[in-house]
Amino acid sequence: MSVHLLVDFGSTYTKLTAVDLQHGLVVGTASAPTTVKTNVMEGFNAALKTLETHHPLPGAITGISACSSAAGGLKMAAIGLVEELTVEAAKRACLGAGALVNHVFSHHLGRKDIKALKEAPIDIILLAGGTDGGNTECILHNAKKLKDAQLGKPIIVAGNKDAQDDIEALFEGTDIEYYIVDNVMPALRTLNVDEAKHVIRQIFITKIVEAKGIKTAEQTIGDIIMPTPEAVLLAAELLAKGYEDESGYGELMVIDVGGATTDVHTIGQGYPKRTEVIFKGLQEPFAKRTVEGDLGMRYSAKALLSLVSPYEFKRYTNYEGDIEAAALKRFNNVDYLPENDNERDFDQALARICCDLSMSRHVGHVEVVYTPLGNMYYQIGKDLSDIQYVIGTGGILINHPNAKNILQEVNQKSERKLELRPTNPTILLDQDYLLSAMGLLAQKHPKLALKLMKRHLV
Amino acid sequence: MKTVVIGVIGADVHAVGNKIIHHVLEEAGFHVVNIGVLSTQEDFIHAAIETNAVAILVSSLYGHGEMDCLYFKQKCVEAGLNHVKLYVGGNIVVGKQDFKAVEARFKKMGFDRVYPPGANIESALAEIKADLGMA
Repeated sequence: MSVHLLVDFGSTYTKLTAVDLQHGLVVGTASAPTTVKTNVMEGFNAALKTLETHHPLPGAITGISACSSAAGGLKMAAIGLVEELTVEAAKRACLGAGALVNHVFSHHLGRKDIKALKEAPIDIILLAGGTDGGNTECILHNAKKLKDAQLGKPIIVAGNKDAQDDIEALFEGTDIEYYIVDNVMPALRTLNVDEAKHVIRQIFITKIVEAKGIKTAEQTIGDIIMPTPEAVLLAAELLAKGYEDESGYGELMVIDVGGATTDVHTIGQGYPKRTEVIFKGLQEPFAKRTVEGDLGMRYSAKALLSLVSPYEFKRYTNYEGDIEAAALKRFNNVDYLPENDNERDFDQALARICCDLSMSRHVGHVEVVYTPLGNMYYQIGKDLSDIQYVIGTGGILINHPNAKNILQEVNQKSERKLELRPTNPTILLDQDYLLSAMGLLAQKHPKLALKLMKRHLV
Repeated sequence: MKTVVIGVIGADVHAVGNKIIHHVLEEAGFHVVNIGVLSTQEDFIHAAIETNAVAILVSSLYGHGEMDCLYFKQKCVEAGLNHVKLYVGGNIVVGKQDFKAVEARFKKMGFDRVYPPGANIESALAEIKADLGMA
């Protein structure tokens, strides 16, 4: 009998999931507060003790894999040339690797940008710019600026390959930790983020995880360590594609409403579905993740309120009381749990707004072009109207009795017809909070992870 | 290899000439970045920046080219592309007009060369090569 243990070092809780590999069952889950200030292994051991008490393990633990979003997760800065092109490609590489991208720069870095980079709590910098054979001047300028700034952060160079040697010559012999990888946009509008993502993960494992104390027990935790959002994205991809003779669900979407952010992951091509629609802009990744830093239940409750007028807010709720005060209460006390139906109703409204607005930003939209040959349409972003499944995860959705109702917000809206939102997907809930764990398990036991997801997502 | 950006501007979906230009330029040894039909001025400019293009060739067949090309040169200058040569050709104005006048108008708008309907592609190619120091 052997048990594989999956660990999620979250910002507040360390969650464990034990899987019986022989019988293909989830033995149990347990959690304990994350102890990032002392040694994260304390929280891990506490959770393990709870797990073993409540769910006697059927055998020895033969493997442990972990993902982490502790201490704010992986934070990156993305630098490129043109906003809609290499900047966007760089951003997508970071997001796809599970990072939070709070700092984005285009064109030439100036003194103000360098100051912002110095002050920001950034773990890794991704430097892009120029197609292969294209512009080298800008990325060289930015590489020089980064060198002079002595930021002490790893730099991933993922720009024009014609500039690689010069950048290498610039960085060689300095104490800059740098990685030269494939261009994130090798040809115009072509996205190529795999190698950049891979290196982000490597740095995350060796540097960041170590710095935050997770690597202290290297012997205990196996070699699979990744940012939690990446684990969720990998789980979603597996569930969509299937594995060997175990079929997948086809194109799907995962929406994760958290305290600070709302993450949306879609697995699907999202190509235009009609001949008079022309795709415009950068190629879309098959597995796409977007993160909304101003949409969340607690840390972002105040920011969220600034996005909707009080009149609009009332469309989502019958809340009785001062809306601003209620949002502020949540912002100031992020551990707040609603104590009555009225407050629960308010939380539900926040969650619905998170789902609605994050969907507006995630999905593609069409623009009408009036031509002498009749109406034509530009499609910018993915057409997700045919998405079959929408899966909700994150504390509020998992614990809310009306979760499926909240998730209906992702649907096509009559007043926003040009947004290519899902039309009538089947809504599933990650009620046992297994998605990230299954993303981890999938690295070694993909078929089992897929089976378990199909069993536990309802 | 010199890079050129080509495409069809505005709400114009005429793709055949675009494909021919692509083919001819590629044969002539250019690296061609073809942004295709229904392209905006910004699409041309962004493509030229990222690919370090030396020239932009704008096609238009549906008669509205003059409106679509307004302030194109100014936007290029704004984007730091003053050095990029601008070419325009096709059926670029409404109706049948005296080409000399049309050419003068487009040159005033900042285009380096202007080609009438049915212009000979080989002679245009020779001019482009000469302009770009490839002759």
